[in-house]
Amino acid sequence: MEEPAGPAWVKSDRQLRREAELRGRARRSISIATASTVLVAVLLVILVTSSPGWPRVRETFFDFGQLAESFPDVLRGFLLNVKIFVIAEPIILVLGLVVALVRGLRSPVFFPLRALAVFYTDVFRGIPTILLIYLVGFGIPALQLQGAPNDPVTLGIIALVLSYGAYVAEVFRSGIESVHPSQRSAARSLALSHGQTMRYVVVPQAVRRVVPPLLNDFASLQKDSALVALLGPLEALRQSSIHAASSFNYTPYLCAAALFIALTVPMARFTDHLAARAARRQMGAGHV
Amino acid sequence: MSLLTIEGVWKHYHHHSVLRGIDLEVAPHEVVCLIGASGSGKSTLLRCVNLLETIDDGAIYLDGAEITDVRADADQVRGRIGMVFQSYNLFPHMTVLDNITLAPRKVQKVSRVQAEKQAGELLARFGLSDKARAYPDRLSGGQQQRVAIIRALATQPRLLLLDEVTSALDPTLVTEVLGVIRELKDSGMTMILATHEMSFARDIADTVCFLEGGVLLEHGPPEQIFTAPEHPRTREFLQRVLDAGRL
Ligand SMILES: Nc1ncnc2c1ncn2[C@@H]1O[C@H](COP(=O)(O)OP(=O)(O)OP(=O)(O)O)[C@@H](O)[C@H]1O
Ligand SMILES: [Mg+2]
Repeated sequence: MEEPAGPAWVKSDRQLRREAELRGRARRSISIATASTVLVAVLLVILVTSSPGWPRVRETFFDFGQLAESFPDVLRGFLLNVKIFVIAEPIILVLGLVVALVRGLRSPVFFPLRALAVFYTDVFRGIPTILLIYLVGFGIPALQLQGAPNDPVTLGIIALVLSYGAYVAEVFRSGIESVHPSQRSAARSLALSHGQTMRYVVVPQAVRRVVPPLLNDFASLQKDSALVALLGPLEALRQSSIHAASSFNYTPYLCAAALFIALTVPMARFTDHLAARAARRQMGAGHV
Repeated sequence: MSLLTIEGVWKHYHHHSVLRGIDLEVAPHEVVCLIGASGSGKSTLLRCVNLLETIDDGAIYLDGAEITDVRADADQVRGRIGMVFQSYNLFPHMTVLDNITLAPRKVQKVSRVQAEKQAGELLARFGLSDKARAYPDRLSGGQQQRVAIIRALATQPRLLLLDEVTSALDPTLVTEVLGVIRELKDSGMTMILATHEMSFARDIADTVCFLEGGVLLEHGPPEQIFTAPEHPRTREFLQRVLDAGRL
């Protein structure tokens, strides 16, 4: 773009004064925010440490000896949690998208598939995840089917996939439905088939919109990977309970909690960042 | 032989008849303008021709073959008809170039190189070469609508349907889009336009059709419709348009 001819811009004194005033205000707000945060933190610490039970809590939850002793095992267990959700997440994404797309098929030929997809989401969203872990973890091996998995980690992953796949399918479906029908009309008028319309026009837009809620579900999946402990594998929660049981000290639990937080916080900030970016882009694209 | 024949077409929405026995013939290279009050069924008629709506009675023929035959391949029919919408409906997640080449590449299986070459020629013809890599939200309304027209042209349709393509535009941008339509007429494109721009309809149409309540009340050359309409309802409508200062 060429600059139109005309006078060159030199900041006026008025504009310079305005910017100085804005900078001053920004500095004042930051100082106030910092002061109030420190104050709240100090008050909280005083409140907790002055409570009558504090000495006892400090002993059982903040024991550095115990922390040092249990940390390697808890960390090793946590790596199993990471493995569980790293395997589960892509499978959940694929399953969720497929179920959402099947629910969108209109032709009567696909009625049985569509009914199956509806049945799946209804049932598996309704069962508490913890119950599903028990049902899959103990039910499938009990069937004694040829070739059915009986390794607890695999069973745990299957249960998590079934449970979260149903949620994620609904997230995808709402994303697909949020794409304005005029986009479909436009694609169909260009002679794209239903499948091509979904693949090139609807799903790419839907996926962009559902990234923040999906990441939210994944934060929750990361936590729920601890439920696999119920089936016995030595992941973070189980490692901490073993240590806690042998020492009557709960510091290992706090250690496991810290590890989970260390993973979810960056993801939460990343989600915020993506949501903010999506909001900015939406403002740029005000049309339907 | 006519390019498009509409024969006794009916369309209902929930027991409400929106099109009531429409008959219309469109010859090759003819430009037909549909005029009529809001809700008279102009958009619905265009959507029926493009098979975006299924008709409830009658038949539509393109090049002599019935396209409303239940055994006809709707995607194949739409490939021969281009449509441009009031709200542009560009795909926001694709660049201008990808918007234009999507159908040629995926439907007509033209190679990417070939499709982009053709798209480049169209963009140059309509003065948008510098926007090829831009996303639609960075374009003005007039530019978006011109891209939408190019996108519809990229599949080399036999017939172009334009539904109030200027009514979402700022008056200063209307001229650039109308210029494109005029150029298409000069190049021999067969078009059906639904429009509220009466002076433009008078200027560009070979045939003007006046719709009211889903009935095609009157049609003829623009001189006749605009100066000596036969039907009292047409006169009334044009008077209202005149009073609103749009003719
Ligand atoms: N999907 C739909 N469901 C129900 N009624 C509809 C639908 N689409 C259109 N209609 C109705 O059909 C009638 C004709 O609508 P249509 O959009 O064809 O009018 P139009 O002549 O294009 O009007 P405008 O000039 O405002 O665009 C209107 O009464 C409208 O409410
Ligand atoms: Mg309309």
